[in-house]
Amino acid sequence: MSVTATSVPAGEKITSREAISRWANRHRKWLFASPAMIFVFVLIGFPLAWTVYLSLTNAQGSVRAPAEFIGLKNYVSVLTDTDRFWPAVARTGVFTFGSLAVELVAGMCIALLLWRPFKGQKWVRVAVLLPFVATPVAIAMMWKLIFDPNIGFANQLLGMVGIPAQPWLSEPATTLPTLMFVDVWEFTPMIAVILLAGLTSLSDEPDEAARIDGATAWQRFWYVTLPLLRPVVIVAIVLRSIDALKTFDLLYTTKGQGGGSFHEAETLNIYVYGLSFKYNDFGLSSAVLIIFFLLIVAIMWILTFRKKGSNS
Amino acid sequence: MSATLTSPKLTAPVSPTRRPRRKTAYRTFRAVMLVLVVVAFIAPLLWMLLASFKTNVDIHDTSKSFFFTPVLSNYSEVLGNDNYGQYVFNSFWIALWATVIALILGVPAAYAMSRFNMQKSASVVLMARIIPGISLLVPWYYVFANLGWIGGYGVLILSHMFVLIPISVYIMMSFFDSLPMELEEAALVDGLTPIGAFVRILLPLSVPGIATAAILSFIFSWNNFMFALVLSGANTKTLPVAVFDFVSYASVDWGAIMAAAVIMTLPIIVIALFAQKYIVSGLTAGATKG
Repeated sequence: MSVTATSVPAGEKITSREAISRWANRHRKWLFASPAMIFVFVLIGFPLAWTVYLSLTNAQGSVRAPAEFIGLKNYVSVLTDTDRFWPAVARTGVFTFGSLAVELVAGMCIALLLWRPFKGQKWVRVAVLLPFVATPVAIAMMWKLIFDPNIGFANQLLGMVGIPAQPWLSEPATTLPTLMFVDVWEFTPMIAVILLAGLTSLSDEPDEAARIDGATAWQRFWYVTLPLLRPVVIVAIVLRSIDALKTFDLLYTTKGQGGGSFHEAETLNIYVYGLSFKYNDFGLSSAVLIIFFLLIVAIMWILTFRKKGSNS
Repeated sequence: MSATLTSPKLTAPVSPTRRPRRKTAYRTFRAVMLVLVVVAFIAPLLWMLLASFKTNVDIHDTSKSFFFTPVLSNYSEVLGNDNYGQYVFNSFWIALWATVIALILGVPAAYAMSRFNMQKSASVVLMARIIPGISLLVPWYYVFANLGWIGGYGVLILSHMFVLIPISVYIMMSFFDSLPMELEEAALVDGLTPIGAFVRILLPLSVPGIATAAILSFIFSWNNFMFALVLSGANTKTLPVAVFDFVSYASVDWGAIMAAAVIMTLPIIVIALFAQKYIVSGLTAGATKG
């Protein structure tokens, strides 16, 4: 190809390219933001609308099967279901907020312990990362073996100090506390890492001033460090409760569908999974999902609302 | 310590001798607590590692908890399984593409949302983080089944991207928030277009942030269980689903299960060892600013 032959169209191309560039730069805000937003919106928007629709029908068996519009009947039967629904709500609450409370206290202790520099700090910090970056399914399997009533190390350890063997995951009464223990083991480190980042970002001056004024270590923590750390604590609570409310991997891999034969580990997420994928009761499961979703949004709203209140 | 004891000339009051003693007591307490913390979080993982080297007979023999003849038979069983290599590849392939595409969509979006303070748009994306995944699975399954995509890599990559986009947008937004606006203004004065400034100045400066988002995205995709449980087919199973299926079929082969679990967790532990700084900064992104 000769130079002259391409020069004219090339010149034209530059101007059109320039026009595109100008347009792109002018609209870069939406040009950049919209692909991710459209992706999320398409994957959420349609399913959510569909779920709302299904929750008002008696769809069952197959989503393609003809379904009748039955109004709010599903919601009524869900909200009056004291057999499966309300116990699942209670278990979700106990599991999430029981574990979270322990994780916050233990995580704060660990964060304070790791705060000031010491020898081997790097290795301790790596060790603390492992429980919550390791694959949850592997973690669940690991604890299932440790908590095996006959061959597990947990009972062996109790035997060494003279405590009788416990049934752990094999009895309804001890199942949920055992699973909460695993959750605490897995996510206390995450809370600790977040709080530690908060502690490291604090200025030393308020603490120093309180020390000069003769405050004890506890007073300095309670009246100086903790109030300064409050926004970070709230971020940790929000991040952890979003995931804890939806815990699936641990519960499903250890107790299976329905959360065990007495539904002892059945939280809302596990209940809804069974309704959708075992019983194919789409109408009812959609109603539970909508309620579950509203519950999470409400909790998040309360948490972030309080956060804004504390900032002002 | 000995200095205070061997200097009687200094008529020292009580405090200088008491102080160091309290300090050593505190130091010892702290060291003991640190060891306890490390043991509490590492011992169960070591237990999994130990069990993966035991025969099933030894696993059932509680007298052989610590003293046993290590065997590699569990690993050879798992790795000898024709499909296991396929599952490793599936997990890797899906995590790789989900991460790459999530970053291509997420990084510019995070830039725009940070630069133009698009709070509402950001909360639309973060909604994906809040909504229970199961509420999406039934409609997704229906649509993807109609399209004939169920069991393909595409649908798994899409579903994982749905998890990764909010994470990477969240991380990158707090990263871009921390970059001074003057950088971009200087680039504009030098004759670059705004997009040119983003590509040539801001992106190269964002490499640590992008690395953070990429590492965390990869880990989240690698660890994901629920989406693959429903949407994968026999040939596209990811490792967590494969390990779970292994349990349901071969219910008591603990040795092989632990070996499979170790193989699945190993890449994550290696990443944690070498990229600890990035993982921490990703998990705490936004936390320190309230």
